[in-house]
Amino acid sequence: MSSSTSQKVAASLGRRHRKERIFRYSGMLATAVGIVFLVVFFADLIGKGSSAFVQTFLQLDVEMSADVIAPDGEIDLTYADFDGLAKAALREQFPAVSGRSERRELYRLLSVGAGYQIRGLIAADAELIGTTQTIWVPAAANVDMLVKGNIDASTDESQRPISDAQIAWIESMQANDRLETRFNRALFTNGDSREPELAGIRGALMGSFYMLLVTVVLALPIGVAAAIYLEEFAPKNRWSDLIEVNINNLAAVPSIVFGLLGLAVFINWAALPRSAPLVGGLVLSLLTLPVIIIASRAAIKSVPPSIREAALGLGASRMQVVFHHVMPLAMPGMLTGTIIGMSRALGESAPLLMIGMVAFIVDVPGGFSDPATALPVQIYLWADSPERAFAERTSAAIMVLLGFLLLMNLVAVVLRKRLERKW
Amino acid sequence: MVTKMTQVKADVAEELTDLSQTFGNVRCEVPYVVAEDVNVYYDDNHAIKNVTLEIGKKEVIALIGPSGCGKSTFLRCLNRMNDSIESAKVTGRITLGGQDIYSKELDPVALRARVGMVFQKPNPFPKSIYDNVAYGPRIHGLAADRAELDDIVHTSLERAGLLKEVKDRMDQPGTGLSGGQQQRLCIARTIAVDPEVILMDEPCSALDPIATARIEDLMDELSEDYAIVIVTHSMQQAARVSKRVAYFHLGLLIEVDETNKIFTNPQHKLTEDYITGRIG
Repeated sequence: MSSSTSQKVAASLGRRHRKERIFRYSGMLATAVGIVFLVVFFADLIGKGSSAFVQTFLQLDVEMSADVIAPDGEIDLTYADFDGLAKAALREQFPAVSGRSERRELYRLLSVGAGYQIRGLIAADAELIGTTQTIWVPAAANVDMLVKGNIDASTDESQRPISDAQIAWIESMQANDRLETRFNRALFTNGDSREPELAGIRGALMGSFYMLLVTVVLALPIGVAAAIYLEEFAPKNRWSDLIEVNINNLAAVPSIVFGLLGLAVFINWAALPRSAPLVGGLVLSLLTLPVIIIASRAAIKSVPPSIREAALGLGASRMQVVFHHVMPLAMPGMLTGTIIGMSRALGESAPLLMIGMVAFIVDVPGGFSDPATALPVQIYLWADSPERAFAERTSAAIMVLLGFLLLMNLVAVVLRKRLERKW
Repeated sequence: MVTKMTQVKADVAEELTDLSQTFGNVRCEVPYVVAEDVNVYYDDNHAIKNVTLEIGKKEVIALIGPSGCGKSTFLRCLNRMNDSIESAKVTGRITLGGQDIYSKELDPVALRARVGMVFQKPNPFPKSIYDNVAYGPRIHGLAADRAELDDIVHTSLERAGLLKEVKDRMDQPGTGLSGGQQQRLCIARTIAVDPEVILMDEPCSALDPIATARIEDLMDELSEDYAIVIVTHSMQQAARVSKRVAYFHLGLLIEVDETNKIFTNPQHKLTEDYITGRIG
């Protein structure tokens, strides 16, 4: 009897082992495919975007002429031709350049940011008037692209946005150490701009920041309170079942629908300003609420009932049971859920399109009702721009966004590890 | 073997016809907790049927009976722990020192400060040993200051026979103790509130024999000050610790009497079958 059983087992062993091997290899294959995709994606992104973190600058000896800056004896920050000062300084480096069209070609090496920079210097220190200052000003985007090798100088002149003469001037400046690539501070301190070399993500970052602030302030307390009520206090009947099904459904609703809701309710009905982080935050709160409620309920459910009974048995009220025992134990799960909800909100762009946060906004928002855009929307806007220089900025902005997402998820992991209590 | 089982079942069925009254003596000399005609329903399930039982002050009474007989349910009626089960409905009257514990005026929170409970599985809070014991006094505001609270914590641990083992690590988690220590911590936590009655729901079922013996000694000492109602599956334990024994069967209180009477001369056939190990 037993010998026949062991014979049968032995006969089936080979087949079982083979199946297990196939299963293990297919699992390894799936993981490898995932990793390959991830590596390719990151390599491509970093390869394209890392160059945006540096920027080409030109060195000019600018003569801060009083005639130009203060024609009537008083400094005229509004109408004075600061651009002209930069152009004159550049002209001085190339005395051979003559004629209107040739000069205009030369001026195109400069970014409009050069004039702004000189204006900024004068605004900060009027003593500079009458002196000659050696400063580094941003080069035009096409110069930057050429220096970074994104424009191929060997192609025919008509096929590239930069002329042979301009290339010669750039090479001469390079030879004189008057051209340098430096860290691109503008990317982090400026708002959006039509000029790629002046465009930055500060506006989008601040917009996203204000939005997430509204979201966390609204969604965290409401979500946690709803979860506690539903788990600890609500009677279990048809109504609570209905609510549960609806919350689960809400978590799966496409985000653009929340944008439509925000447009209809917050902007059209409540007359809140469009393009404002306040409205964006409200919409994202609605979006993250179901995520937070579901995660918090799961965290509350995982608190062992024996702890509740122990507290109740000592005469703790239900409130005390919740706040002294359930909440501290459920907190890591609740926070993890919240942060995951927030990182979803940070990466969300579709609902923001519906409430006007897709506008071209140059100023960095200073509050909750200022017009603003958000990081993912900024990425979308730049990806849509035809200039070659915006392509690398798009990748750079994606890198920043991914960095923040990674940071948030890291915080979630660390918080969970630190707050977790063993029993 | 099979025939014997059938025989027992037949006997039970026969006996079930005359279960209208409780055998022995449900009354006691100095009643403190009095349950009159208590019925408990879980939806359609009639879990406790017309139970009348008096529990004396400073008396240890053991509730015994086969699984599902309603002894734990009855125990939980005494501090209204059944309140948290939505489908549970309790009728009848239970008084504590003459006061109806199911009256609207009585807050279950106040009741549970007077009727403490120790559970089957040791369930210390995931907090320090000190905070475990101090929790009850804190929420009820029993200590005026830190010194008084320290005093309560020390006395309670001392009475639970745990102080010597933990006095150097009061700030360490209570969950780090061994099973028996955890259960004694739970007892210390319960007596820190200074209740009048302590309910114990199979307090030793998760413990080894040595830890069990310690808890049983502890019950002996505590019975000098508290009424103790203990649910147990161990007949030996009931015989060792209790003064009276109540035998439950299918929601009915079959027999109540002095412990030695129950174990030497049970009146009811079901009681006899249970204590001799024929049902269980």
